[in-house]
Amino acid sequence: MKKNPGMLAALGLVICSGLAFAEVEGDAERGAAAAGVCTACHQADGSGKNVPDGESWPRLAGLDAAYIAKQLHDYQSGERSNASMMPFANMLDEQQIADVAAYYASLPATQGAGGEDADEAMLKRGKQLAERGDWSAYIVSCKSCHGPGNRGAGEVFPGIAGQHAGYIKAQLQAWKAGTRNNDTQDLMGSIARRMSDDDVQAVAAWLAGQKPVAN
Amino acid sequence: MIRTLTYAALSGTLLFSANATAEDKTTQQYIDTLAELGYPAPEENELVHIPPTMEDLEDAKLHPELKRVIRRGHDLFTNTQQLRGENVFNNMNCSSCHLGEGRMPFSAPIWPAAVTLPGFRGKNAHVNNLEERIAGCFTYSMNGKPPEYGSDHMVALSAYHQWLAKGVPVYPQQPIYGRGFPAPERPEELSYARGEAAFQEKCSVCHGNDGGGLRVDGQTVFPATWGDMSNNWGAGIVRVFTAAGFIKNNMPLGQPNSLDDQEAWDIAYYMSSQERPQDPRYTGDVKETLEQTREPFHKHSMYGRTRETDGHVLGDHRNLGDKPFLKPDTVRPRTFE
Repeated sequence: MKKNPGMLAALGLVICSGLAFAEVEGDAERGAAAAGVCTACHQADGSGKNVPDGESWPRLAGLDAAYIAKQLHDYQSGERSNASMMPFANMLDEQQIADVAAYYASLPATQGAGGEDADEAMLKRGKQLAERGDWSAYIVSCKSCHGPGNRGAGEVFPGIAGQHAGYIKAQLQAWKAGTRNNDTQDLMGSIARRMSDDDVQAVAAWLAGQKPVAN
Repeated sequence: MIRTLTYAALSGTLLFSANATAEDKTTQQYIDTLAELGYPAPEENELVHIPPTMEDLEDAKLHPELKRVIRRGHDLFTNTQQLRGENVFNNMNCSSCHLGEGRMPFSAPIWPAAVTLPGFRGKNAHVNNLEERIAGCFTYSMNGKPPEYGSDHMVALSAYHQWLAKGVPVYPQQPIYGRGFPAPERPEELSYARGEAAFQEKCSVCHGNDGGGLRVDGQTVFPATWGDMSNNWGAGIVRVFTAAGFIKNNMPLGQPNSLDDQEAWDIAYYMSSQERPQDPRYTGDVKETLEQTREPFHKHSMYGRTRETDGHVLGDHRNLGDKPFLKPDTVRPRTFE
């Protein structure tokens, strides 16, 4: 992938609410120590956990460091709200956020769970939404922003292939309801609001079963 | 915005159907969905066609081999990068500009080409068939070299176009609803500075602040809006009104018609004032090239003009991007003599 220094600068301006974040260099080794508070939910290997009847904990392993850092900053500022996450995010300082982000980004991505019970028709619909979208309802494919195989694109669009179905479902429902809105220009919200509950279920189930990394 | 619709469902495609009422309802739903997205309702005499999907193809009564070729055409259309270095020399896919797999109205849907060609094209001043029209896209928008006429790739792409036009009368007399990238009314003044600011605010998260776009694992996620990896100076979208129409009707992705007309035009003007690979019709001199192509084409673009911010003459260079030649041999006159 071509690194684009201009792009990074622009993202710093647009995505973060200040330029300071982008300048803190993360250290994965220090991050391993600082991530002690995260492992109860996100696990030592960053695999998180799909919790069918409760709040699923997302896989962090292998996600883009800048994306993780941005989410932590958003929890601190209230841009993104989650009762479980907020106290932990608030325990981290700027350096620790960068370090923890670098640490989880460095871990090998693990496989998601939660799509095992989906039937063939549901998986077919999920695959369609993920790879081609449903333009009759102006639902753009996940892949058009989340990249090839939905494995993530740059710092803004996280990998969602192999993410836990419970987490994807909860997030899409939150985008739909407007309780999550920390995206750039409502890019995710505007799509999520056009998705039915069945669509959300289907795409979550399908994505959970996909490989989080390229072969 | 939901508009009161006066559309009478008179499309030629639908009128003679045995299930006219059911299809009228489908058409109305289609129009309602588009209206909610801010698109205008069809004029009373406009032809409204809902192109079939790839799922419809599986159920269609067509020879299995034809289905296979149409699927191949769809695959080439949505992943044109598989022809990189052979026919394509930039980061574009056909579907980068023709959204929704070439099916979306107001996003230059591709099926009209299958029912209006062979036809006269002002751009090259002769009658073009569908293959020559597709060759034009490869020559300019893909900054490339078209697949040979009659080749497997050309037949597959043509078949996909024709499949999407299924049921539409050939050479329709009615105007086509949602054809091309209809431009909003041009505002009195266009501003480079406003366009730049709007681009940085609303476009750069995907396309980069240098317009370079984003590629991941050798695949294009967000296409380059200018520069070596974008379309060359001969592509239709370098005309400012075409770019404004594309932007207004389709960008940001997932939010059509969200920009106001002034913003869409300002962004188009800013984008159109950046460099890109040379027009394959280049004669070796930008002024001469401009003179030869002005009337049918470049009078609508910034080619050969002096950029107001730094005095740079746009298109005054020999940069071909990644392409090792200027002009593919498909760019040629026809005389029918």
